[in-house]
Amino acid sequence: MSLEVPTLASLQAEGKKAEVVFWVGCAGSFDDRAKKITKAFVKILNHTHTPFAVLGSEESCSGDPAKRAGNEFLFQMQALQNITTLDAYGVSKIVTTCPHCFNTLKNEYPELGGHYEVVHHTQFLKSLIEKGTLKVAGGTYKGKRITYHDPCYLGRANRVFEAPRDLIKKLDAELVEMKSCKAKGSCCGAGGAQMFKEAEPGTKEVNIARTEEAMETQAEIIAAACPFCTTMMTDGVKNKGQEEKIKIMDVAELIANANDL
Amino acid sequence: MGYLPNFIFLILLAIGIGFFIRNMGRLKRSILIGKPAGRVDNKKARWQRMIRLALGQSKMGVKPLAGSLHLIVYLGFILINIELIEIVLDGLLGTHRVFAPFLGRFYDFLIGSFELLAFLVLGAVLFFWARRNLLKIKRFWKPEMKGWPKKDADYILYFEVVLMLLFLCMNATDALLQQREIPHYIQAGSFPISHYLTPFFAQLPTSSLLFLERIFWWAHIGGILLFLNYLYYSKHLHILLAFPNTFYSNLAPLGKFNVDSTIKNEVTQILFPERSQTPNEAVIEKFGASDVFDLKWTQLMNAYSCTECGRCTEVCPANKTGKKLSPRKIMMDTRDRLEEVSRNRIVNKGVYQDDQKQLLNDYISPEELWACTSCNACVEACPIAIDPMSIIMDMRQYLVMEQSAAPQELNAMMSNIENNGAPWPFNNQDRLQWVNDN
Repeated sequence: MSLEVPTLASLQAEGKKAEVVFWVGCAGSFDDRAKKITKAFVKILNHTHTPFAVLGSEESCSGDPAKRAGNEFLFQMQALQNITTLDAYGVSKIVTTCPHCFNTLKNEYPELGGHYEVVHHTQFLKSLIEKGTLKVAGGTYKGKRITYHDPCYLGRANRVFEAPRDLIKKLDAELVEMKSCKAKGSCCGAGGAQMFKEAEPGTKEVNIARTEEAMETQAEIIAAACPFCTTMMTDGVKNKGQEEKIKIMDVAELIANANDL
Repeated sequence: MGYLPNFIFLILLAIGIGFFIRNMGRLKRSILIGKPAGRVDNKKARWQRMIRLALGQSKMGVKPLAGSLHLIVYLGFILINIELIEIVLDGLLGTHRVFAPFLGRFYDFLIGSFELLAFLVLGAVLFFWARRNLLKIKRFWKPEMKGWPKKDADYILYFEVVLMLLFLCMNATDALLQQREIPHYIQAGSFPISHYLTPFFAQLPTSSLLFLERIFWWAHIGGILLFLNYLYYSKHLHILLAFPNTFYSNLAPLGKFNVDSTIKNEVTQILFPERSQTPNEAVIEKFGASDVFDLKWTQLMNAYSCTECGRCTEVCPANKTGKKLSPRKIMMDTRDRLEEVSRNRIVNKGVYQDDQKQLLNDYISPEELWACTSCNACVEACPIAIDPMSIIMDMRQYLVMEQSAAPQELNAMMSNIENNGAPWPFNNQDRLQWVNDN
């Protein structure tokens, strides 16, 4: 099945507007693992005939990693350019699969003049189900033990704890919580620009520590809702030699698979 | 003797309170070294947060045992201190249990309740001491707790034990004097706990009892005044600062970092020169923070409010995996440096003389700063809404924007963003490549 991915520019040429812009993010665009999440989400958007568009080559880094690394100047350069692009298209609603983009677009862009309704893809998928546009069949994951890792910038930072969990529950799966979850959920180790550098000397890698917590639940699947968490946890499970037994899946991938998309 | 005791009491009280006021003045001047922080909006939500976190101790319940014992000590101290009003009046007027005739049976109830609370406080404090010294709970034995912080924690507990014992001994001897119908010792109060102490004093002659009762009474009020003045030098300052600290805490989502508006003007001028009508007048003196002067006053108040419980460090992913970073140490270092700067100002007639030191490097190393994942676990864990992460981020900003001293990989990441709009070296034109990937 080929994907329908209109860009805002192409829609504008046809005189059309998109209801919602899918902000793909850098990981979702370039990282091999994250691209699969992007595609899974688009499959659901196509399946539900959701009128959306992407920015394509007009999208640029939200500036989040620059800001967390301490480069406020570069962050604002990125943000102001993105705001100019989004405003030129009259964008009002944005959905993104990346909690880091989600957080900065939602919380930090307004002060720079960018005012949009920003939702995370787990919230968006939940609303599709509530509207009745998306049906989720339990089949594939029925009875499977799934644990959910809260991305810091989605959970603690923006208090989105239930939307991803509600989606997992729709799969008729057995949702098991880790010792530290929700507001107390431990970090995967990628945030604050750590993704792009070696860790400081210590006794353990942060992602290994979090993977161990996830493995304690005896889950077959570790669900995540962030491309960076997915990478970190995948590396963690590999490090433990458990990649055959434990899969790391974004919630969007679970929903897409459950619907045979 | 006449009015001599009243006079001595007045002097003692004046010194105790005067010294406390002096130190609170120093504290205020110290905190106001920081920059303006705003945070005067949404008063209603601020009051609510203060009532919930500081008064209601809602986050202390996360650790149920420690939380309930802490509540006992907190309630004990607040309620038993009602008794202070009477003690102060007695001291000044030369009366004894001045409220008793007015309150009748209710007075007995009050004194009885205070005694029960004092007993519970004693139990809780002994537990806290054992937990800190015998159980070796990890967060109490981190490197930053060596030396004074460890002693400070124990001193507070000893103070509390001594004060509670003095209170009970005072009542025990008083009760005996009442039994012996000594004039001045009116029949008042009930002594559910201290009556277990009376056997120790029962054999003493009345003259010794009178002497001991006075000793306990004076030592008790003296101890309280001493403890009050100990606060400024101690982590125990949290009993006062928890209130303003929660009131002025960050109400925005934890993920929202401060957006620097002066930089905004500059960036706008570079990107869109046509948009800015007036040239940018505001000159940015310094980006980020390398010393306490660069922090906001709320961040400095955070440092004084910290009681070094270590709930932040306990949940820090960097600290848990053996990195040097400890959010608690960030707060302790900030306070130590701030105290150093304040002392410097006092010695130099109110003007800080450069001491060739700063918070960065002399107290907090870049290694600590770069280990932070900005996960906000420390902020979430703090029972009184201290924000160690904001200091870490401000200091990172200084390292990057003033010193270009980011780790090399991060410089590469940032130049990628600058050059091709992504943290990795991919061509921005390939952003839609994934559509055609298999």
